[in-house]
Amino acid sequence: MYAFDYHQPASVADAAAALAAAADGKLVAGGMTLIPTLKQRLASPSDLIDLARVDELKGIGEESGSLVIGAMTCHADVAASDIVRRSIPALARLAGGIGDPQVRNRGTIGGSVANNDPAADYPAAVLGLGATIRTNKRDIAADDFFQGMFTTALEPDELITRIAFPVPQAAAYVKFPNPASRYAVVGVLVAKTGGGVRVAITGAGADGVFRATEMEQALSADFSPKALDGIAIPSDGLNGDIHASSEYRAHLIGVMAKRAVAACV
Amino acid sequence: MLSDGIGAPLRRKEDRRFLTGKGHYTDDINRPGQTYAYFLRSPHAHARIRGIDKTAAEAAPGVLAVLTGEDLAADGIGGLICGWMIHSKDGSPMKAGPHPALAQGKVRYVGDHVAVVIAETLNQAKDAAELIEVDYEVLPAVVSTAEARTSPVRVHDDIPANTVFEWELGNKAETEAAFSRAHHVTRIDLVNNRLIPNAIEPRAAVGEYDSGMDTFTLYTTSQNPHVARLVLSAFVGLAPEHKLRVIAPDVGGGFGSKIFIYAEETVCAWAAKKVGRPVKWTAERSEAFLADAHGRDHVTHAELALDQDGRILGMRVHTTANLGAYLSTFSSCVPTYLYAPLLSGQYAIPAIYAEVDGVYTNTAPVDAYRGAGRPEATYVVERLVETAARELGMDPAELRRRNFIRPDQYPYQTPVIMTYDCGNYEASLSEALRLVDYENYPRRKAESEARGRLRGIGFSCYIEACGLAPSAAVGSLGAGVGLWESAKIRFNPTGNVLVYTGSHSHGQGHETTFAQLIASQLGVPTEQVEVIHGDTEKTPFGMGTYGSRSLAVGGSALYKAAEKIIAKGRKIAAHLMEAAEADIEFKDGKFTVAGTDRSKTIQEIAFAAYVPHNFPAGVEPGLEESAFYDPLNFTFPAGCQICEVEVDPDTGVVEIVNFVAVDDFGKIINPMIVEGQVHGGIAQGIGQALLENCVYDPESGQLLTGSFMDYSMPRAHDLPSFKVGMTITENPSNPLGVKGCGEAGAIAAPAAVMNAVTDAIGVNDLQMPASPERVWQALQRGRMAQAAE
Repeated sequence: MYAFDYHQPASVADAAAALAAAADGKLVAGGMTLIPTLKQRLASPSDLIDLARVDELKGIGEESGSLVIGAMTCHADVAASDIVRRSIPALARLAGGIGDPQVRNRGTIGGSVANNDPAADYPAAVLGLGATIRTNKRDIAADDFFQGMFTTALEPDELITRIAFPVPQAAAYVKFPNPASRYAVVGVLVAKTGGGVRVAITGAGADGVFRATEMEQALSADFSPKALDGIAIPSDGLNGDIHASSEYRAHLIGVMAKRAVAACV
Repeated sequence: MLSDGIGAPLRRKEDRRFLTGKGHYTDDINRPGQTYAYFLRSPHAHARIRGIDKTAAEAAPGVLAVLTGEDLAADGIGGLICGWMIHSKDGSPMKAGPHPALAQGKVRYVGDHVAVVIAETLNQAKDAAELIEVDYEVLPAVVSTAEARTSPVRVHDDIPANTVFEWELGNKAETEAAFSRAHHVTRIDLVNNRLIPNAIEPRAAVGEYDSGMDTFTLYTTSQNPHVARLVLSAFVGLAPEHKLRVIAPDVGGGFGSKIFIYAEETVCAWAAKKVGRPVKWTAERSEAFLADAHGRDHVTHAELALDQDGRILGMRVHTTANLGAYLSTFSSCVPTYLYAPLLSGQYAIPAIYAEVDGVYTNTAPVDAYRGAGRPEATYVVERLVETAARELGMDPAELRRRNFIRPDQYPYQTPVIMTYDCGNYEASLSEALRLVDYENYPRRKAESEARGRLRGIGFSCYIEACGLAPSAAVGSLGAGVGLWESAKIRFNPTGNVLVYTGSHSHGQGHETTFAQLIASQLGVPTEQVEVIHGDTEKTPFGMGTYGSRSLAVGGSALYKAAEKIIAKGRKIAAHLMEAAEADIEFKDGKFTVAGTDRSKTIQEIAFAAYVPHNFPAGVEPGLEESAFYDPLNFTFPAGCQICEVEVDPDTGVVEIVNFVAVDDFGKIINPMIVEGQVHGGIAQGIGQALLENCVYDPESGQLLTGSFMDYSMPRAHDLPSFKVGMTITENPSNPLGVKGCGEAGAIAAPAAVMNAVTDAIGVNDLQMPASPERVWQALQRGRMAQAAE
């Protein structure tokens, strides 16, 4: 690890100010990606701004048809939350399946979404449920937020404060975990909402999370697993690595999507 | 008999300190004035070093020294050695390339040690290492086992075709003749996947030099501190043996990877004298992935000849074994003498011929890993036999039964060196069939299929050669050392006992098992026996702990030392009770005059020995004895594992739903520890079969599985609850009747799992690890083949 200046602000405003003032500052939420990167000397930020003491970023609540989760809420708290379990049980299950207990007790929803790892679970929920990302500056729709792997619409001095998930009629997330890392080789979130069916896929896309529009159309017409028969996701544009070829990932998307639909109905 | 002696499932004495965080590992050791070492490692798989500019690094804050291979050479420090000579078919000795502790002229794998920085803090050492400028001429690399011999790349410039040896065992002509008579020949191509050991404690070392005494002390994570001292003295030339102390304190697992004498530990000891301060190094997990010796990595073609009744007539095997970029300490014997002599398995096979080519590649050295050669042999034999049964339409249990060596055939001479001394393979197979409920398997299979799952069952009837080994025998096969053990037992005046062993415990539970053994033999409570190991200045010489040898060899040395204690005690007791020595009986800790009620406890005798006011003439005071034991034979633990799996045909995911292991380890000292060893071994074997795989990029030679994010270790949820059973034939070749239990699980499990998976999917051509994608692809191939028919 290289040396850096460490800040521990108590408010969003102070955190944003510290970030803006730093030459090359980085926010630390749970640190699940950043800290290992620093330890391996693969990054050398000038400043680390730790959000752990910003209380206004924590907590889970409900607002007129939406579930709102503070950016610094850890996965274990989302998984265990009665509110989440009641309103969007698929989201609680997704959070409960991230990494391992250590990760779930440190890693945060805001950190995961801001990092936009192409194999992370939360981006599938944010995009699949059509959530809104609230920042210290504005609200960003999920469809505009994810802009390719590890890339988001966030500006350099912008930080996520809350994520608002519209409560769907039904939703399910089914993932095929990498046996080593527990990241998603393929993760599919299917949501049946007032505005139609949304299908978001993580783990597979070379540009990160994406929506499977052909599946969405088929499911809007007939919300059943068999509606997905014959829909082949092309393997072009999918990731291929030592754990799964793009061809296998394409196949898994079909299998996981059907299982997610089955879990909804 | 003591309630906590031999046969008692006593909780491990050592676990109190481990479970309460009071273990004392190498990284816990901090010496006054200590400095820190950081190794600059090669980023290239293969490169010539044109030059190293260390000026800037030497001037960096906190730096005491920046040392390279040139400095090693200038000090006359020799290279690391391989301690077992293998001769090729043509009689030529194996070709061992130089193995300097810091690179000299070339780097040969990603992670190879180029230079070391010694600094006041670890961070300063890392900072300085970034300032070292190495001028590399990057060369093409070869990492593939199968392509090593035909690649134009030469890992060592003067070793053609990257070939270390072309070795053979068995009778080629007789084997060819057996195949010419065969009714059926089964052929199979197998890859035994490369594994990264990953003991929970990474390697570590603290080197210290005392200029007043001119002595070195090396604290290190070693399975065999005496062997480390011997090699560092006799071959590396660090210091004479009497001026070097090696201490291996608590060690958190080894699985073979801590047998070897590595570059980093060697450099820490050497550098301690150069900088005049203690030097500490603890591997980071990333370094462990890169630079610990890896395991397995075979590519094999094997054939089995059978007659019309399913009797095996002969076996021939060709294996290419990847030994990595350098020959590690025992690397050459693993794919040769620890492998091919096990190819007879549990079967009476009249003719066997095996060829093994050892090859260099631009990968980390490969050496012994739990089972070392024997898992590879078992995998070949058991996949061949299972495949033969399928091809002949026979029950796999029945085909095995038909070919088992029978209990009345011992001692049984195989065509590949070994003389099996005892066993009962039918007994362990029958018990395993009972535990797995083989009778009702068809019902379970139908039930799985009703749920859309493919169910398969697979067998693995293994044998291993443990208890290494008669020194004369291994010497004749090329070993550079003898493989005896030694022990010392000291009664203290107050009647408790110190047991000193040359073997080393790093998870095996010696402190409990050895205490139980001695407690039973000498009739003292187990809690009053303390076992001391791991320090060359405290303990008698030992060859170390590996190959499931500690109890069979080290335990037998303890037994002999205890017999000497009893013999001396008898003399003292006879004198004190005014009886003839021949009339003294010893039982349950008491010396009794035969036919009387006159007796003395062994504690009373011990006190008398240290306070010899009334003592037999000509007998030395004190009660302390030592013994050396050189085994008469290898030991041959054997048994049967049966695995049942369910495969999800949509994803290729394999779930193990039933797993039975029945082992014959001879006499059991602590059944709970034995069962724990079996569980751990099976977990590692399942890891190899389904999850673990070391992958290098075929072009760049970069390690693609360099962390737990990509290298998949087995976890609790990957494993079922194992059903473990025992059958026992006491070993006639050592005084304890024991065989060893440390490796069996890892040896047998890969074949059992793969036989089950291939049974489930109906496709035999499947390599480890049986990852979901591989299983799914095999299912697609199977469907296509069916459609074509």
